[in-house]
Amino acid sequence: MRGSALRTLAGLALAMWLILPLLPLAIWSVAHGWRFPAIWPAEWSLKAWAFALSPASGVLQSLGTTTLVAAATTVLAALVGVPAGRALGLYRFRGKGLVLLLLVAPAILPGIAVALGLHGIFLRLGLTGTIPGVVLAHLIPVLPYMTLVMAAVFAGFDTDAEDQARSLGARPMQVFAHVTLPAILPGLLTGALFAFLVSWSQYLLTLSIGGGKVQTLPLVLFSFATSGRNDVTGAVAMIYILPGLVALALTARHLTGRNLALGAGVPG
Amino acid sequence: MTLQLTGLTKTHPGGTLATVRGLDLTVDSGRISALLGPSGAGKTTVMKLIAGLLSPDAGDITLTGRSILTLPPERRGVVIVFQNPLLFPHLTVAQNVGFGLRMRGLPTAQVAARVDAMLERTRLTGLGQRRPVALSGGQAQRVALARALVLQPDLLLLDEPLSSLDPALRDEMRALILALQREMAVTTIVVTHDQTEAVVLADQIALLLDGRLAQHGPPDQVYGRPASLSVARFFGGVNFLPGTAVDGLFHSAIGAMPLPDGLPTSLTRGRGLLTIRPEAIILGALADPTALPAIVRGCTFLGTQSRVDLDLAGTNLQALTTPDTARNLRPGQTLGVILPRAALWIVAAED
Repeated sequence: MRGSALRTLAGLALAMWLILPLLPLAIWSVAHGWRFPAIWPAEWSLKAWAFALSPASGVLQSLGTTTLVAAATTVLAALVGVPAGRALGLYRFRGKGLVLLLLVAPAILPGIAVALGLHGIFLRLGLTGTIPGVVLAHLIPVLPYMTLVMAAVFAGFDTDAEDQARSLGARPMQVFAHVTLPAILPGLLTGALFAFLVSWSQYLLTLSIGGGKVQTLPLVLFSFATSGRNDVTGAVAMIYILPGLVALALTARHLTGRNLALGAGVPG
Repeated sequence: MTLQLTGLTKTHPGGTLATVRGLDLTVDSGRISALLGPSGAGKTTVMKLIAGLLSPDAGDITLTGRSILTLPPERRGVVIVFQNPLLFPHLTVAQNVGFGLRMRGLPTAQVAARVDAMLERTRLTGLGQRRPVALSGGQAQRVALARALVLQPDLLLLDEPLSSLDPALRDEMRALILALQREMAVTTIVVTHDQTEAVVLADQIALLLDGRLAQHGPPDQVYGRPASLSVARFFGGVNFLPGTAVDGLFHSAIGAMPLPDGLPTSLTRGRGLLTIRPEAIILGALADPTALPAIVRGCTFLGTQSRVDLDLAGTNLQALTTPDTARNLRPGQTLGVILPRAALWIVAAED
């Protein structure tokens, strides 16, 4: 009993730690005039939400763009990250250290340098100001997450299972669909979640490559924040953190081990 | 289906696999043969070559005369059962057993019927809906066997099928494998490093040493009539008396004795090593006219048997006897040792 009480307490503390910083934003989104010494807004209003959800603000359109960019980035990252992670996780090869270094390099280099350098190249390729251009740029910070997660997954994967499946009559594509994919799925979902969220929160790369033509939520959020519209900023911020909360809920379930894909079934 | 390997060679299999050099081997249809060898002899390489999971540098693999070399693994009719059962964790027992049939695109009803029949034959009825994690080691092994046999393969490759089981389950699994193999008449190769496993399952043993076929024959033959010093040593041979074969007699420190029957002609002349298995030596009374006098050097209790170290005309000899017999022996004591003629064999001195 004491253990479960402690766990509830820890859960609450974690929730507070995550939610408390967001509380002022939530209040801002429904406040009408909330000036310094007052600890509570004088008046409440849904005007900010009405504006944020109206076509005039462009927030909903931006939500669509952000989702599209993040989803496309995630899919591309998976297509590259799964085979790359497999190679890194399963095999020893010449230059593996260098490959790993190059993979984490974007995390070490200042983002602004990467963005500026990339801008020059993408300009020549005609990719600036386009969604494909932004997606490609997002792959730079996203791929390391995907690849490293998949490398860890494949390091614990027994390829004999694939040999076994082939010997039992499965063609290579069937082996992937029926044996490899189910085995790596929990890891793949975790990697995809990371990929989606990293792409979702890109600001500098989107601004630089998108050139203002690809308006993702961080850009919209920042422009409201700098224009002093605290109430609208609060509303947009609430929309912006939505996938993060969904992701948190999903991972929490995943971490408790209640995941059939892990193969932890109960006897029937 | 008769399996024939001709000049099978794979020199750099990569990873942790060993080299195979010019392997010639014929495995008779419907029989169980063992591919035996110490680790690093290339057994796993040969197994993967036969299954199509590796491709050879040279040589050919035929099943009833037809080369299967160009066929991908899934179309060879060769199924491996690995030592680790490798059940697919996300599938139930029944789904695991039906895996191969589903991959072949068989209708669901037909798959279910064949899976049920196979589960019954492997005494797994009632476990069909379980997940692999909820199985015991023995059950998992049986599921792996059922999953392979349900496909009615032309050739079944069993990778150390008994080694991971505890002694009680070993006998059960052995009986099951032998029964199913006879019933389905599937040509089977047991790949193992464990001579006991090979002997209790197979009617032919192919011994692989350092990537080459060292000897191929029935178990009693590879044990009693080793083709070389290495083969004799692999099967636990420890008694080797140097000598010379001349005119049908082998002269050594213990005197001249007639050459064993069936000795290859190359060994009937010149230097060689007289060998006898420790368990074939009979300890007896000095009075016996065929007995040779030997001095006891020491005894070692081995559990079910005892080892007796003997000095026979200046040569060390090891004999195995019952612990009861050994208990009455004292170091320094002289006793009579009988080397039965049928148990004697000669191997080439230089290997």
